[in-house]
Amino acid sequence: MGVLVYAESENNIIKKSALEAVSYGKALAEKIGSRLNCVVINCSEPNILKQYGTDKIFNITNDSLKDFTSRSYSNALQQVIKAENTSILILSSSADSKYLGAHLAGFTDGSFISNVVGIPDNLDPFTVKRSCFTNKGFSSTELTGDIKIISISANSFGLIENNGDGKIEDFHIEDISSTITVSNIEKQSGKVTIADADVVVSAGRGLKGPENWHLVEELAEVLGAATACSKPVSDMGWRPHSEHVGQTGKPVSSNLYIAIGISGAIQHLAGINSSKIKVVINNDPEAPFFKAADYGIVGDAFEVIPQLITKLKNRK
Amino acid sequence: MNILVCISNVPDTTSKINFIDNDSKFDKNGVQFIINPNDEFGLTKAIWMKDSNNADVTVLTVGDSSADAILRKCLAIGADKAIRIDCEAIDASSVSKEIVEHCNEVKYDLVICGRESIDYNGGLVPGLIAGYLDYNFVTNCVSLNIENGKAKCSREISGGIEVTESDLPLVIGAQKGLVEESDLIIPNMRGIMMARQKPLEVLSAKNIKARAIDKKYFKPQEKAEVKLIKPDELDKLIDLLENEAKVI
Ligand SMILES: Cc1cc2nc3c(=O)[nH]c(=O)nc-3n(C[C@H](O)[C@H](O)[C@H](O)COP(=O)(O)OP(=O)(O)OC[C@H]3O[C@@H](n4cnc5c(N)ncnc54)[C@H](O)[C@@H]3O)c2cc1C
Repeated sequence: MGVLVYAESENNIIKKSALEAVSYGKALAEKIGSRLNCVVINCSEPNILKQYGTDKIFNITNDSLKDFTSRSYSNALQQVIKAENTSILILSSSADSKYLGAHLAGFTDGSFISNVVGIPDNLDPFTVKRSCFTNKGFSSTELTGDIKIISISANSFGLIENNGDGKIEDFHIEDISSTITVSNIEKQSGKVTIADADVVVSAGRGLKGPENWHLVEELAEVLGAATACSKPVSDMGWRPHSEHVGQTGKPVSSNLYIAIGISGAIQHLAGINSSKIKVVINNDPEAPFFKAADYGIVGDAFEVIPQLITKLKNRK
Repeated sequence: MNILVCISNVPDTTSKINFIDNDSKFDKNGVQFIINPNDEFGLTKAIWMKDSNNADVTVLTVGDSSADAILRKCLAIGADKAIRIDCEAIDASSVSKEIVEHCNEVKYDLVICGRESIDYNGGLVPGLIAGYLDYNFVTNCVSLNIENGKAKCSREISGGIEVTESDLPLVIGAQKGLVEESDLIIPNMRGIMMARQKPLEVLSAKNIKARAIDKKYFKPQEKAEVKLIKPDELDKLIDLLENEAKVI
């Protein structure tokens, strides 16, 4: 019995999404009346987890886990779950964690539920709320099984500080052999990604062509934001697929989503709807996006955006 | 090479989402069902592999007879054979286990699923299948090349691309990029005629118990009216974002 959080790290730094998973784990542990344990993999500085209420930190250091693969990481986590008799594992909804969660659920025959947006309403039967139909709906779902794996939707719970013992314990794992290897990783450094961003600046066909995207990039830069786009923009090759957001692209659940020259088609809205605050800039007052927005500017993007950039720069 | 493509039957993206029976069921009334977009990217790739890898392509869905229409469409697109495991698809765990039971009987070198379905968005089925079968697994897969029994796959990761090499059998979670939107095959008359001759086999289900059961559905809260700000009053927008919404 007990709640375990896998706290994902990158270059030795615990990710923000992992701290949210830990905050959630703490609330759940309190509801159950159990302690909160976390596991980190090849992360030498997990101390921050203590501030979010972690009692014990299992520290795995192993060369065969240098590169993430869902198979090897599942195998490592499975060893912790077994040794600690874990009944609930919490994951963030990062691409790697979701990837890992499903594979791990298969290996452990656990019950996995993703896109969870709140702590369980009920422990017996275990009932938890998650989003479905790409945020056009929510469901209250009953989960059974001895091992429950819960992946929480980004920004659905927030970061909540708490005191924990934060005792670090090395956890030795049995060797992992794998028939899948990572041969290359190409990553843009220094760029905020859609999954991790607090703010996302997104633009659509209203921007007329790829040559105008410097406006989007500059605005994103002053806000420390990630850049995104509508589907036709990526289909036409104006922007890479990795920026396509919406029902058939990436989901966005940032704190602030700024949509420039995007009409607000149902498929676009579905994917970005769980963002907290939406700002729309569009020259057509009839654009459907205004119905889904918190703040709106009816105006020409080519006039509004440069001014907005200047004003934001001056503010700093 | 034997390829299995797992297909989910999902509401068209423009569907109105409503719930019935005391909010315990999704209202299918008037809803048009389509091949899950992520699955269709995977299917198209599989069809290409008929040429490049001399592959035999089977499509499979777990569902009731209302899913036959999309299986016929898959056959018209070019799949060789269709299988429906006859039961109501309740949760990812039971659906995956039904598929796994089938994979234990018929060996596939490659199992292609969509990265996630656009109805329940769980993203679970491909990983669960891989875990249960102890196969290798690459999700968010944007390129795949199989030669001499070795697979080279690219996975979209946060901020980049990762390349993996693995043995077969392999399960992938497909998405756009594996093939482009413009590569999707629209069935022609010949395809549709040929599909009628191809086998659509209905298998009985093992009736595996679901573990995640949706008890009640909710709609998102109605949004408050948008606050409009004049284009020449951008200071006001910045102030609202900073002090009212507290997001910058
Ligand atoms: C199966 C399916 C799945 C789909 N999935 C997705 C998805 O995941 N994501 C997605 O985004 N779309 C998706 N779509 C497409 C969707 O239906 C819309 O076609 C698309 O979102 C429109 O993109 P857009 O808003 O950039 O372009 P448009 O609809 O062309 O809108 C452009 C907007 O820019 C405004 N504009 C023009 N000039 C200016 C200016 N100077 N200043 C300010 N505003 C200006 C216009 O008023 C207009 O509102 C999907 C469609 C289908 C059929």
